[in-house]
Amino acid sequence: MLKAVESSGISKKFGPTIALDNISFSVNESEIFGFIGPDGAGKTTLFRIITTLLLPDEGEMSVLGMDSTTDYKELRKNIGYMPGRFSLYQDLSVEENLNFFATVFGTTVEENYELISDIYSHIEPFKKRLAGKLSGGMKQKLALSCALIHKPRLLILDEPTTGVDAVSRSEFWDMLGKLRKYNITIIVSTPYMDEAIRCDRVALIQNGEILSIDTPQNIKAGFSRKLFTVKSAEKYKLIKTLRKNPEILTAYPFGDSIHVTLNNNTLDNSLYEYLVREGIGDAVIMEAEAGIEDRFLELMEKDNGITNKA
Amino acid sequence: MNNTVISVHNLVKKFGSFTANDNLSFEVYAGEIFGFLGANGAGKTTTIRILSGLSIPTSGEVNVAGFDAYSQTEQIKKNIGYMCQKFSLYEDLTVKENIILYGGIYGMSKSLIRERLIELLAKLRFQEYENRMISDLPPGLRQKLAFSVAVLHEPKIVFLDEPTGGVDPITRRQFWESIYETASRGITVFVTTHYMDEAEYCDRISIMNDGKIVALDTPERLKKQYNATSVEEVFIKIARPDT
Repeated sequence: MLKAVESSGISKKFGPTIALDNISFSVNESEIFGFIGPDGAGKTTLFRIITTLLLPDEGEMSVLGMDSTTDYKELRKNIGYMPGRFSLYQDLSVEENLNFFATVFGTTVEENYELISDIYSHIEPFKKRLAGKLSGGMKQKLALSCALIHKPRLLILDEPTTGVDAVSRSEFWDMLGKLRKYNITIIVSTPYMDEAIRCDRVALIQNGEILSIDTPQNIKAGFSRKLFTVKSAEKYKLIKTLRKNPEILTAYPFGDSIHVTLNNNTLDNSLYEYLVREGIGDAVIMEAEAGIEDRFLELMEKDNGITNKA
Repeated sequence: MNNTVISVHNLVKKFGSFTANDNLSFEVYAGEIFGFLGANGAGKTTTIRILSGLSIPTSGEVNVAGFDAYSQTEQIKKNIGYMCQKFSLYEDLTVKENIILYGGIYGMSKSLIRERLIELLAKLRFQEYENRMISDLPPGLRQKLAFSVAVLHEPKIVFLDEPTGGVDPITRRQFWESIYETASRGITVFVTTHYMDEAEYCDRISIMNDGKIVALDTPERLKKQYNATSVEEVFIKIARPDT
């Protein structure tokens, strides 16, 4: 399979801070590849290296078959980059921004309109409005249109959905899905684990290191223990009570329930009886399928020797 | 029975001809974790500004922590805490200086500030960071400290605006545990978030659309009512009823 990006042993320091520590990965052509990790994990630094805006201290990076440190002029023509911070000209109109980006890349809006029509049609009614006056969801659509207008082979999106409401987020991922038919490779980062399922493959990243790279399904399947959910009306008391039990390996709040793993990995009546003895009579315990976030937590624990026992 | 700390009846807020809050009515109780959800531009920020005494309603009755939102905004401000992801602490001050500064702003006595400072550093296992600048702290620690500072003066209500964006999953869970702990002490936690899995942590949630509250109940009951498996699905059904 052709590789859009191939990276080996990439490291980058800023003073004493290690932003990236020996990162190796490859991205296949026309796949949607996600980097999932919290702020400070190194996602933006990595994207700046892929987009030729920053040189690594060590390691090699080949992007679209070119060397990202020497072939940067040619590479930049083929990359569309949407930075995390809104970086369009706030005092230009929607239409002017789009024309500007097309012109800079030596093309016209008309030439590649088909590529953006799905996305741009949502904001076209407001094309005379200044970019700075758009709502969050509309800014995001304009930024994506501007990053696509020169028909790049590789699209890099740095946290495109941060601060955007659930409906707009979902629409945004639908738009990315529709770009598949143009064979554009998409690399996208997000701090939100639930967006992993929208990607073909994901890399979980933390403290400048990749914890795991795989399809979302395989990452979930990598969870090594049986997972149980425990629910009760008194959530805070429930967590504290669970943590006191030596049979419990981990107990983490997950929305309306607590996700629990057990030392002996088998559920019997003893946990329920224990909770009743401790005054929690309404507990409902069920086996559950692990999600990406469960696996991320497990990998973090292994990586740092973190435990959440009281 | 339930002790009401926020009561809103027929709240309307207009900016010129635009109605940002269109006849809102709801109550929030002591020690409750209340999720305040809505799409971008639904009117959430307008409501929060009114509930924190920063903006006066156009009409309707609004009472926060026992004070009137028209005439007692200064008392409201003293009885609430506020934290958002973007700004909460001064980056070029140390941990200790931030605590002292906020304690002073909240009008706490020097001895009480000192007492809380020691308590807080011990609770967060933060002693070694006491004299470190905020800018030197990792994001997770910064967030924990920001939350503790927001409740330093034991307010009746604390407003959290997108509090957990971008933190790692372990820190995020520790943060929710401190929210549970705070609520168990009787402090009401009023949370806005775009991330619907966060909403599942709340006791009750409201969903706003076009300036109106269109749903308000426990996450469990809303999921049943909208025949959905997650709050995210409920949210999308409400915001895009035609799809």
